[in-house]
Amino acid sequence: MNENKPLSAEFTKGLLKENPVLVMLLGMCPTLAVTTMASNAIGMGLATTFVLVCSNFVISLLKGIIPKAVRLPCFIVIIAGFVTLISFIMQRFLPGLYESLGVFLTLITVNCIILGRAEAFASKNKVLPSVLDGLGMGLGFTLALFVMGSLREIFGAGSWFGIKLPGLSNEPMLIFIMPAGGFFVLGCVIAAVGKIARKKPPKEISCENCPSAAVCGRDKSKCTADAPAKGAAESEASK
Amino acid sequence: MKEIIIIIVTAVFVNNVVLSQFMGICAFLGVSKQLKSSVGMGGAVIFVMVCATACTYPVYMLLEKFEITYLRTVAFILVIAMFVQLIEIVMKKTMPPLYKALGVYLPLITTNCAVLGVTVANIDEGYSFGQSIANAFGTGAAFTLALVLFSGVRARIADSDIPETFKGVPATLIAAAIVSLSFMGFAGMAL
Repeated sequence: MNENKPLSAEFTKGLLKENPVLVMLLGMCPTLAVTTMASNAIGMGLATTFVLVCSNFVISLLKGIIPKAVRLPCFIVIIAGFVTLISFIMQRFLPGLYESLGVFLTLITVNCIILGRAEAFASKNKVLPSVLDGLGMGLGFTLALFVMGSLREIFGAGSWFGIKLPGLSNEPMLIFIMPAGGFFVLGCVIAAVGKIARKKPPKEISCENCPSAAVCGRDKSKCTADAPAKGAAESEASK
Repeated sequence: MKEIIIIIVTAVFVNNVVLSQFMGICAFLGVSKQLKSSVGMGGAVIFVMVCATACTYPVYMLLEKFEITYLRTVAFILVIAMFVQLIEIVMKKTMPPLYKALGVYLPLITTNCAVLGVTVANIDEGYSFGQSIANAFGTGAAFTLALVLFSGVRARIADSDIPETFKGVPATLIAAAIVSLSFMGFAGMAL
């Protein structure tokens, strides 16, 4: 990471330029699963932001203490702890949201954005930049979810935050809130953001934004995502 | 027996883990470029899911006994992470051919949310041990089916003329939407 970068840049980069969902293509599962309603999308986004900020904070504090060899299990335990905490808070104060997010609240634990940021940023940077990075990435994730949720709810249910919209609520296009609509809307949103923000389409998943980079340590010979046949052949040859 | 078959068919077709429940999308988009890697990844996922369920079920009973079920998420993810490491080591030593076939895919599985998802779902649904194993197998098979089907579709996308803006991931996602649409035909099936 660039040492001279102002702190505000750590915060703002996650919002659009390095948006975790729309540009880096991480955390697709919750993006597709909970965005049938705008309010669910915001709830999921904020829950993830909370976990991301807390885990980045703790991991950057502990970065000198955690041995490198067992860092991934350590990170996962820290993250899982905060996920348990947020699900308690939500169960108590927002039981409706807790019910509708269901299993995906637990699955924040394995959201690649959180482990990815822990590995790529928090374990290498000081506390304050890590917290800001977490906040920015979390809000970028919330923003992406909110856009997806709004589009799907407006077209699929004819309402927005549960308020019926005149003209659309008579004949909603149900397909938008079905699984197929989720894939379709996400594809269109990614294409639109690519067009507006960078004038070129997002690249295929490479090591830079691969969800598994944390696990394989960017070891090309282990890579299955980028060039599966080549990776397999190389690892066989190396044995 | 009938119950077990119903659970498996439901998991594979009616509630396909990738195309209608949105779990394991990262692996689905990352590894489905070629048929060979799809089959490899699918096999590894089936194996890990069944074994992880066999491990987490007794762990949950232990948690229940001490009334600390709120530690479920932490306990399950640790069990899965440890388990994946363990089979990697054991397989390397005792079953080199299987390790060669699945080895490269194993580290990717810890972060596959479908594995944690299926172990949690088994508890939430209140399945017995046998039913949990059946559900884990069905879910793994569903993941494999989705990957294999989609790798065929992706091979066609590679050759087609796509507008510049939609090249790459957007086109892949829209193709996934169409594949998902085909699974909607099973949605109303009551078993």
